[in-house]
Amino acid sequence: MIGLTVNGVAYQLEAEPDTPLLYVLRNDIGLNGAKFGCGLGQCGACTVLLDDKPVYACLLPIGALQGRKVRTLEGLGKDGKPGPLSQAFEAEQAAQCGYCIAGMIVRAQALLEANNRPTEAELRAHMAPNLCRCGTHMRILRAIRRAAVAMGGGVQNVAEQKP
Amino acid sequence: MTRGQRLLTGIVVGLAAVLLAAFAVAWHPAIAPIEPPAATSFDRMEVKRGEGLALIGDCTACHTSNAAKPLAGGRPMATPFGTVFTTNITPDRETGIGTWSREAFVRAMRSGVAQNGEPLYPAFPYDHFTRANDQDLAAIYAWLMTRPPVSARPPANQLKEAFGWRPLLAVWTLRYLREGPRADDPKQSADWNRGRALVEGLAHCGGCHTPRDRFGAEDKARAYDGAMIAGWYAPPLNARSPAVRAWTADRLFTYLRTGLNPSHAAAAGPMGTVTRALARAPEQDVRAIAVYVASLMANAPAAKQDLPTLDNQQVADQAHPEAALLFAGACAGCHGAGAPMMQQGRPPLSWGTPLHEDGPHDAVRIIMAGLASPVGPSGPAMPAFADYFTDRQLADLATYLRARYTDKPPWPDIAQAIGAARLERAPPPAKEASK
Repeated sequence: MIGLTVNGVAYQLEAEPDTPLLYVLRNDIGLNGAKFGCGLGQCGACTVLLDDKPVYACLLPIGALQGRKVRTLEGLGKDGKPGPLSQAFEAEQAAQCGYCIAGMIVRAQALLEANNRPTEAELRAHMAPNLCRCGTHMRILRAIRRAAVAMGGGVQNVAEQKP
Repeated sequence: MTRGQRLLTGIVVGLAAVLLAAFAVAWHPAIAPIEPPAATSFDRMEVKRGEGLALIGDCTACHTSNAAKPLAGGRPMATPFGTVFTTNITPDRETGIGTWSREAFVRAMRSGVAQNGEPLYPAFPYDHFTRANDQDLAAIYAWLMTRPPVSARPPANQLKEAFGWRPLLAVWTLRYLREGPRADDPKQSADWNRGRALVEGLAHCGGCHTPRDRFGAEDKARAYDGAMIAGWYAPPLNARSPAVRAWTADRLFTYLRTGLNPSHAAAAGPMGTVTRALARAPEQDVRAIAVYVASLMANAPAAKQDLPTLDNQQVADQAHPEAALLFAGACAGCHGAGAPMMQQGRPPLSWGTPLHEDGPHDAVRIIMAGLASPVGPSGPAMPAFADYFTDRQLADLATYLRARYTDKPPWPDIAQAIGAARLERAPPPAKEASK
């Protein structure tokens, strides 16, 4: 048995210690926000927060997580009351197929928690590792800017203005 | 006068004599400013050639602090003597080199002296650039003078006590600068000779790969022995090369041109920047660099024979069970035998130079900071694992990799290397090219 704390809830799991966290989240715990994209740490669809930093859950063996804090998309809001980023993504309709969005929101959460007044350049550099194949990038950026305001800050030096 | 006073006077007079002698040799007059030349006054082909040569020297890497203002300077260069900020080398009349004649530019490159006669700090590697030939310098001048002028003044240098006094530089120049290009070696090929001129000159490879003495000058007796640079280790480019596969000219060419060679490794840290510039530099010049550098490594252990792959998995797994688990969960998806990435021309870990180096710095930094995709068609990038694992886990993983994929003894000081890399990650300033 391996112990694991996700979104503040402690779990005891029957799994090999080298199992990636992503598989356990989806298959054992039933948290399906994080998606399986490439399984090779290239796309970011599985992004979760580990001690408040964005990491790829597909590359994170659960045996390495003793004493560490894991948060997923589900932990960023409550049922019926989504977090500020989820609300902003909805308001900006920042999804096409939507497969990357959970990872996008989680990665953006890490940025805005650490700094709710990032520059546009910092925002883009921070989001660069997560891929979207539908081309929704401009809406995703707009949603994050909107959320930054909702979280009491705002993105600085915005290059692209809202039409 | 007491004996002590006499001694003191003697020392002061002696120092003054040395300084005077240095001035006498190193003093240069101002060169008259010129009206900034019109961009159309330069031959287009020469400008194009200059662009390629500037990529070999990678002027832009150091002389840019804001990507939107290339060549406008202001980038901090950390040295043991304090921080020097790079200068604006756009042809701006007031803040750049707009009024510099070609003569003034060539003198700066060859002698380390600004247009106004002031000596330049050797963070600007004029001890290398002095080897560039007249045609190459003229072409680089033509390229620089046709760039868009940017008005930007770099911040004032922050040098430690006394080093801020520029006349001291005359002594440095007197001691270390040997001016002018070298004569070709008639026994060697044209490529080799061009390669040597570029490696010792514009490319200034020794700037990172040669250890420095206490005055910040490259130690010629240990040329290309390998050296630490901004927390990375620039490995030896001579018989001390730790590579387990031969560095042939062809393999070096691929590496320099793409940032990856299937027999060795991916270019990391400051070398990643270098290969991204060389990818766009003149092909024949990059080939010449490869020919010359390969000749420097002709007596390295691996030069005679390529080693096959090595995998001490059982022994390593037993000795480091927790690291074996981390490797299986985080690394094996790409680095395990038969993993999809291995079919994309990536070297097996046992061939990668970082694991065979004497220190853990490069391996630790690659694990923590990841690797960008190589140049060319998009390929996999390595994620940065600094936030995935604790320092203890990272150290365990590095120890495991060394044990599993090399026959070398365990590394000392892994914790220290990890700690240093952590400190630098806190704010992520681009520090890679500091000298």
